[in-house]
Amino acid sequence: MSTSARMIVVLTLIVTISGGVLSSWDSYTAPKIQQHRLVELRTAIADVLPEHDRYDELTLPAQTLYVGRNAAGEPVGIAFIAKGSGFQGVISIMVGVGMDFSGLTGIKVLEQIETPGLGTKIVSDPAHKANPSWFPEQFVGVQTEPEITVIKNRPPAAKTEVQAITGATISSRAVVKIINDALRQAKSDYQSSLKQVS
Amino acid sequence: MGKHKATVAHEFIKGLWDENPVLISLLGLCPALAVTNSAINGLAMGLATTFVVTSSSIIISSLRKVIPHQVRIASYIVIIATFVTVADRFMAAFYPAISKALGPYVPLIVVNCLILGRQEAFASKNPVGRSLLDALGMGLGFLMVLFTLGTIREILGSGTFLTYQVLGDWFHPWLVMVLPPGAFLALGLLIGLSNWINDQRAKA
Repeated sequence: MSTSARMIVVLTLIVTISGGVLSSWDSYTAPKIQQHRLVELRTAIADVLPEHDRYDELTLPAQTLYVGRNAAGEPVGIAFIAKGSGFQGVISIMVGVGMDFSGLTGIKVLEQIETPGLGTKIVSDPAHKANPSWFPEQFVGVQTEPEITVIKNRPPAAKTEVQAITGATISSRAVVKIINDALRQAKSDYQSSLKQVS
Repeated sequence: MGKHKATVAHEFIKGLWDENPVLISLLGLCPALAVTNSAINGLAMGLATTFVVTSSSIIISSLRKVIPHQVRIASYIVIIATFVTVADRFMAAFYPAISKALGPYVPLIVVNCLILGRQEAFASKNPVGRSLLDALGMGLGFLMVLFTLGTIREILGSGTFLTYQVLGDWFHPWLVMVLPPGAFLALGLLIGLSNWINDQRAKA
C-alpha cells in the first residue's frame, strides 16, 4: 500500500473507532447527566418556591417559566432563570416570585464565577457564622415594585431594599440588576401569554 | 537481568521527581495554576490527566508501527481527545459537583503538552509495558504536584482541607491564595523548594 493510502486508511480507522466509542459512551452517560440537571432544576425550584408541591413548565418564545402549584393544584408562584453579567462572568439565578410578580419568594444562584471570598458571598458567606446565606435570604419577601434597589452602610428601610455585600458591591448590584431585568421580561411574557389564551 | 529490571522501574519513578512534568519540565502549567484553588479540584484534575495520559500511551504505543509518521500528531490528538471526552462525560455523570467546579479545564486536557509530549517522546518509540509505566509515573507526578498545590492554597486561602475546617476561627483566610496570584506564588515556591532539594542532593 502506498504511503498516502495508508495515511488515509489509518486515520479514517482511528477516527471511526473513536466516534463509535464516544457515541456508545454518550448513550450510557447522557441519561445520567440529564438526570442530574433535572434534579438540580427541581431542587432550585423547590428552594425559591417553598410553598409549591409540583410545577408546570410554561414554554414561551423567549424563556421557560415554571409555574408552581400547591397540593390542591392552585398556582402559588412562578420560578424562572435569570441570567446576566456579574463582576467576572455570567451569573445565573433561579428566581421565585408570587403570581402577581410583586413579591419575591426566594432566589438561588445557580452559576457564578465571582471573586472567591468576596463576590462568592452572593451564594454563601462563611465569615458570617450565624447565617452564611444572609445575602440570598434577604430577597425573600422583597417587593419588586417599582424595582429592587441596593443600599450600602445602613439597614434596609423600605421593602424594596437589599443590603450590598461589603467588598462586593459590583456583584451585589449585578444580582439585583439581573433579577430586575428578568422580572420585567418574565412579567410581560407571562401576561401576554395569558392574553393569547383568553 | 538485575540492571534491566532497574531501568524498567526507572521508567515509572522518573516522572515522580527527577523528570516531574510540572516541577522540572514545566509542562501542563495551565491546569496546574487554574484549578488548584482546592485540594479536591487538584486531585480530580490529576486523576483525569493520569487516566488520559495512561490510556492514550497504551493505545498509541500499541499502534506505533501502524500509524504513518506523517499523520501521527493528528492520530495522537484524536486518540487523546477520545479519552478526554470519556473522562469529561464520566465526571459529569458521576461527580457532577466536581465536573462543575473544573468547568472547561477538563476538555482542555486535550491540549495539555504533558500528554502529547509523552506520546511523541516516549509512547511512539517504546513497547506497551514501558509506555504504560512511563505514563503512570508522569500522570502521578502531575497529580502529586496538583494535589500539593491545591492543599497549600486551600489551607491558606480558605482555612479548610478537603472542605473540612482545619484552621480555627483565629485564622483569617489569605484570599490571595485562592485567586490566580496565589497559584503563581505557591507554584513558584514549590519549584524553588524542589530545585533547592535537588541542589542539596547534588552536593551530597
